[in-house]
Amino acid sequence: MTGELLLGAYVFILAIFVGFEVISKVPSTLHTPLMSGANAIHGIIVVGAMLVVLALPGPLGTVLGFLAVVLGTANVVGGFVVTDRMLGMFQQRPRRPAAKAPEKR
Amino acid sequence: MDVQAWIPVVYLVTAVTFVLGLKGLSGPTTAVAGNRVAAAGMLLAVAFTFAAKEFQQYGGTGIALTVAGMAVGSVAGVAGGRLVKMTAMPQMVALFNGAGGGAAALVSILEYLHGVERGDVAAGAVLSVALGLMIGAVSFSGSGIAFGKLQGIISPRAYRYAGQQVVTVGVFAAMLLIGLLLTLQAGWGVNVLPGPTAIWLLAVLALIFGVVLVIPIGGADMPVVISLLNAYTGLAVAMAGFVLGNQLLIVAGTLVGASGTILTRLMSKAMNRSLANVLFAGVGAAAGATVARAGDDTRTVREVSAEDTAILLGYAQDVIIVPGYGLAVAQAQHAVRELADMLEAKGVNVRYAIHPVAGRMPGHMNVLLAEANVPYDKLKDMDDINDDFKTSDVALVIGANDVTNPAARTDKGSPIYGMPILNVDQAKNVVVIKRSMRSGFAGIDNELYLDQRTGMLFGDAKQAVERVITELKKAA
Repeated sequence: MTGELLLGAYVFILAIFVGFEVISKVPSTLHTPLMSGANAIHGIIVVGAMLVVLALPGPLGTVLGFLAVVLGTANVVGGFVVTDRMLGMFQQRPRRPAAKAPEKR
Repeated sequence: MDVQAWIPVVYLVTAVTFVLGLKGLSGPTTAVAGNRVAAAGMLLAVAFTFAAKEFQQYGGTGIALTVAGMAVGSVAGVAGGRLVKMTAMPQMVALFNGAGGGAAALVSILEYLHGVERGDVAAGAVLSVALGLMIGAVSFSGSGIAFGKLQGIISPRAYRYAGQQVVTVGVFAAMLLIGLLLTLQAGWGVNVLPGPTAIWLLAVLALIFGVVLVIPIGGADMPVVISLLNAYTGLAVAMAGFVLGNQLLIVAGTLVGASGTILTRLMSKAMNRSLANVLFAGVGAAAGATVARAGDDTRTVREVSAEDTAILLGYAQDVIIVPGYGLAVAQAQHAVRELADMLEAKGVNVRYAIHPVAGRMPGHMNVLLAEANVPYDKLKDMDDINDDFKTSDVALVIGANDVTNPAARTDKGSPIYGMPILNVDQAKNVVVIKRSMRSGFAGIDNELYLDQRTGMLFGDAKQAVERVITELKKAA
């Protein structure tokens, strides 16, 4: 096993534990935004796409590289926008008209 | 230190923002900040990648191509994320997830073909390539099918065919075989198929596998499937990280893979089903027959008018509203809020019972009702309110179906048997607002509608609620 691969394996295994720990006890209300947020995070593949964008010379490589960047960016941008929009709906909550009479229309 | 030396440090910072972001997203008060922290980290990583020497070597063409690709991707992302209605959010998550899976698969393919060209392919790297490609492509096509089902392009019903298991297992085995051949070829020079041919074959097989994996699953289970595919994409990204020797991709992908797996388990637990059951049981497979029978059942159903409903609600002390997908489709949340306000002005105690999987995704109803400014403390989780149905006067079911079906409790033969349901049938009176007698997403009949205490108020959720409001105003 090369050093780089071994290092990668360390990172991989440790990240599994972090991933498991971070998500313990999530209220079901937040399942969807959390999924959407995680969805945005794996959009980091766009960095990978940049690193290979022209790795393969010729038209095929160019088209595939371009597509990879497009898809990766859509993943990042769409993911964060959707999550933000979902969470925005929760935000205006703290006002609670508890015992007060409800507004008349 | 020059920029090159800073890049790994920036990647480390980004990895930390992702951990903090996920942590933040799992708490209601920290969620918004969590999402933004992760987004900022992402921006930082992408910006510094522009300066990386691996990227710089592609010169101006590389920059132009990347910027153009990012422009297209951003427009698609913003348009998809901003303009789509709240009800369509679940399928947008599926779509963006599929995009990520597709990108991971493409990165794997490019890196492999690049390696072949250089004449430098190691067994370890090829194993990562094969895994990244397989998982990414499965996620891509699977998410596409999930999107199609939720969007109604493909029938949301579980699609089963003869020999389905054989096909699924066959495609899977073929995929593993090709992956093995690729690895053997790179490591031990076993030449059965030329590498590039094998890689394309693998891509096609993986795309097919994604389709055969998701197509037999009913629309009601799509949230769980999307969550699972989300975890897959994370893994595919981690594999791409191995291929490129990029730690940030490994960390981020693995985080999502691990947390996504936990989340998938939480979600299937909320439906009281095991993951295996979701993937292989095919809820709603026998839907055709039950839908046809619904025609006869209308005879025994008691239909009520908006006026009856208004009187019933007006004289009640305790009303529990049970929202479902029908409410989301009709965008009835504001009308429902208005109705609740009127009832509360009359001294009626109004609460909302939220089933964990009401709508199409967990939390779907909370989001919609929060949009209409329904106070958060009125929204009750199933476990908190289920015992209160016994003492409530009216349970008002608005566009919810399967989550109220008593068959889940009693009928062992029912496909949703064992799913926890809201005890709507224990309320003194039940009013169900529904467009027609059509069965719900699971494709099965609901005995609740035949109960003597149940009145059916037919119509679009929003219009029906507005009719009730009008009647209430008349009575006042």
